[in-house]
Amino acid sequence: MSKKVLLSSKEIKIILHRLACQLLESHLDFTDTVLIGIQPRGKYLADRLAKILRDEYGVKEINLGYLDITFFRDDFRRGEKTLEATKTKIDFLVEDKKVVLIDDVLFTGRSIRAALTAIQSFGRPSEVELLTLIDRRFSRHLPIQPNYRGRQVDAINDEKVQVMWEENDGKDVIYLINK
Amino acid sequence: MSELSVNHLLGIKYLKEKDIQLIFETADHFKEVINRSIKKVPSLRDINIANIFFENSTRTKLSFELAEKRLSADVINFSAGQSSVKKGETLIDTVNNILSMKVDMVVMRHPNPGAGIFLSKHVKAAIINAGDGAHEHPTQALLDSFSIREKFGDVAGKNVVIVGDILHSRVALSNIFALQLLGANVKVCGPKTLIPKHIESLGVTVETNLRKALNWCDVANMLRIQNERLDISYFPTTREYTQQFGVNKALLNSLDKEIVIMHPGPINRGVEITSDVADSKQSIILNQVENGVAIRMAVIYLLAAKIK
Repeated sequence: MSKKVLLSSKEIKIILHRLACQLLESHLDFTDTVLIGIQPRGKYLADRLAKILRDEYGVKEINLGYLDITFFRDDFRRGEKTLEATKTKIDFLVEDKKVVLIDDVLFTGRSIRAALTAIQSFGRPSEVELLTLIDRRFSRHLPIQPNYRGRQVDAINDEKVQVMWEENDGKDVIYLINK
Repeated sequence: MSELSVNHLLGIKYLKEKDIQLIFETADHFKEVINRSIKKVPSLRDINIANIFFENSTRTKLSFELAEKRLSADVINFSAGQSSVKKGETLIDTVNNILSMKVDMVVMRHPNPGAGIFLSKHVKAAIINAGDGAHEHPTQALLDSFSIREKFGDVAGKNVVIVGDILHSRVALSNIFALQLLGANVKVCGPKTLIPKHIESLGVTVETNLRKALNWCDVANMLRIQNERLDISYFPTTREYTQQFGVNKALLNSLDKEIVIMHPGPINRGVEITSDVADSKQSIILNQVENGVAIRMAVIYLLAAKIK
């Protein structure tokens, strides 16, 4: 097994700021926008972006939620393991709002498909966008593409992209792991 | 630990503590789901479930059906009253006929103890016991413990008294198993005629004085007097039972501390508890019903995950 650093902590910081600026450019004051981190791993990215927007760009109010997609996935009973749920926390309606779905790695697109179905339980958004930190090219099973991407990566199917966050894993770093 | 150690839910006796914890954690998520404006998730789109009730039920049947529908399973209902069972069909034949219509899971209530266990050995489907005679009623015990956990944060170390007809009650037996697995102290209280001999061997204590039992406990689970199962006279009159084992507001107010009142339903108002107790702040009877749906969703979801 070989492990290669894809993005260092410094590079992640620069990318996060760029993504925050891109969000700001299209959503301005965020009054009609909600950020939804897809559980479990998209939560950290969503938290970070919201913090940058608040602390460094003076956005006063950001609607931030976390969405668990376990019960909406299409691989229930198809894998070896029972799918375990994480917490959903959305304290607002998404009716007529612009929703930005946030996840760390975009791979097959199936999680995003599930998230698109799951978010409907909270209303009918006026628009849905997708932000991902890592976009794995040539691996999509569904016609889903991000509106905002941190870094595009060509990785073969055997390889795994591992995103580590300081608050959860001790440091910010992204690895490309070859099994 | 992300899957149950069993393939059927036949009784609490067959579960381990971590199974119950897993069911509770999953139920927490489903409780959030059923409080959304759209209460349905598509997890079980390809699962068919048969609800087979050989005995009357309102709450349990509705609760199971709602849980199944909120998981997007396909549901067929079957009540023994309007079926070929009356024509002499055996249990295995009835169920196998239903299964040949490609059913993956059977939720069954039956008047005979052990019916679910028997079925699980002879048919190819996941079985959920929704009450088998005076034996077990596992989902009721799970939702009772889940409601205690919700109220107090934890079940371990709590004192729970089960009051009433312990002898004929499947709710009592399942509750004793579940509460003990989770580390609660259990006492049973009722007329001596309605307390099974040697019940102490299950590790519970017996108290025949209701006031003493209530002063000891954090939670009192009041069971219904099941007139339909009382084949002989176990106590002189209902009025006398109420005087000795019924809970009223005056009794509650005279206790040393505020206790929580539970009841598995249906309530005989004025017999085991009075209306003002059932509708008081101390009662969590309606929370139990709400939690019942979340618990049953969790059980069905976790068992469905094990169907190959």
